[in-house]
Amino acid sequence: MNRHDVIVIGGGPAGLAAAIAAHREGASTLLIEREARLGGILKQCIHDGFGLVHFKEQLTGPEYAERFIEACHQQGLQMLTLTFVTKIEKHGDIFIVSIVNRNGVSKHAAKSIVLATGCRERTAKQIFIHGTRPSGVFTAGTAQHYINLLGYMPTKQCVILGSGDIGLIMARRLTLEGAKVLGVYEAKATPSGLTRNIHQCLYDFDIPLHLSKTVTRVYGGDRLTGVEICAVDSQMNPLPETAEYIECDALILSVGLIPENELAETLSVKLDPKTKGPICNEDFMTSVDGVFTCGNALHVNDLVDYVSESGDIAGAAAAHYTQAPHSEITFHTGQNVAYIVPQQLSQKVTAEKTVLYFRSAKPIERCQLFIKVNNDIVYKKSYAFLKPPEMERLLFDFSALNLQSDDHVTFEIEEESHDLHHLSK
Amino acid sequence: MTCIICPNSCQMTVEASGDTYNVTGHKCARGKAFAISEITNPTRTLCTTVKVNASYLPVISVKTSGPIPKNRLMDVMHVLHAITVNAPLTCGEVVVHDILGLGVDIVTTTSLSDISS
Repeated sequence: MNRHDVIVIGGGPAGLAAAIAAHREGASTLLIEREARLGGILKQCIHDGFGLVHFKEQLTGPEYAERFIEACHQQGLQMLTLTFVTKIEKHGDIFIVSIVNRNGVSKHAAKSIVLATGCRERTAKQIFIHGTRPSGVFTAGTAQHYINLLGYMPTKQCVILGSGDIGLIMARRLTLEGAKVLGVYEAKATPSGLTRNIHQCLYDFDIPLHLSKTVTRVYGGDRLTGVEICAVDSQMNPLPETAEYIECDALILSVGLIPENELAETLSVKLDPKTKGPICNEDFMTSVDGVFTCGNALHVNDLVDYVSESGDIAGAAAAHYTQAPHSEITFHTGQNVAYIVPQQLSQKVTAEKTVLYFRSAKPIERCQLFIKVNNDIVYKKSYAFLKPPEMERLLFDFSALNLQSDDHVTFEIEEESHDLHHLSK
Repeated sequence: MTCIICPNSCQMTVEASGDTYNVTGHKCARGKAFAISEITNPTRTLCTTVKVNASYLPVISVKTSGPIPKNRLMDVMHVLHAITVNAPLTCGEVVVHDILGLGVDIVTTTSLSDISS
């Protein structure tokens, strides 16, 4: 059996950054990727806008990945591609990872594991659309895979349901390739994707965005022939009297992403119902000692730069991991906070800066984020606006607070009161 | 207008008086430059794919080496639909020089080995 200090599972942006970091910190590191090429989903994200935070320039997805892949090769990192992890078992302090690839079945041992397994798209089965089961219903990522990697056009005339970023990007991509995108329909009253994508992907190409409308039924035998669209009320219930039929040969879904944690669950890693990723501490170590998480497996990110950042933190921590007793303080989410990552903090946190990611629960203009310890405000920051689709990151030094295990740490977002708003004018 | 340079998506206002433009709402110099360009000559970087021979994938991702006028996007797509390039290719290789005389090249955005490797 091959022995390593750290095994990183997943060769996308999170896993690449984690493997590079673990190797940099002196750990013997193995990176395992199931596909033939490294880069994960970035391989098919051929649009630009990646790397503005990390590299201070606009890169396409494949270019961003290429930089990390180059670094892996230069550092002589041990990598296995076309390799699938079938099982991870914990024996005492050691993890045994069973893999299968062209050389057959084998086992690798490691002191710590980084799970960089990314996320999956929600499918038609998860959003309760009625009707037949014709071909022509794709997730946006599947359509992207067909066009950008396989060179197939999956549609001539389509409807996009959901205003997530991949859906918006595919609206533009399909239009450039000659398809007619009849409209993007979003059940919520506000778009899910980044504002700049609404502009450069939809408005640039005169693609209409319909808010508070959803697809309620699909029609067709072998192939999709049309969809039924309904307006929804404020409770997201479709209003049957508003039903309209739209003829199209494809329905493209961009209705959300869910962190992929099947392997984590086999290790009994505890998941956060809010993020659907593992509950972790500031090193991104999960509830199972020695198992680390990062990237979209941890929580769905909107910028790859932060995926890489979390990979770097998790990889470095995995390299330095030694089994020792530890206790964690739980972060509580107060009003208007959808989630906070990490969800916990080591009581003996030594790092001068802890990286925190959060999202607001609803769009809010003019507000303040508070970190409170037992109702005392230890940090506050003002924001001109917060929107759930746009993740916020901040750095905070918890080491100086000398937190005790019974301290209650809460994150809250408070709207600036209307009266104050007027006074300040 | 909404800035599309970075995810901040700044809401900007441009006031034009003759040849001078007064931009407000931007948080960086790139935003200001974008706002003025969007009024005078809106441009976009085009990212797409072209057909490739002799590789294990049928297409390779490419982009324009710089922004092009927004109203020429479809013209460039039309040219790129008609061309085929040969593997192996490395990231950043020029596959079309000075496309349609727009002063930008079409460059690959990934590396693709040929079928033999």
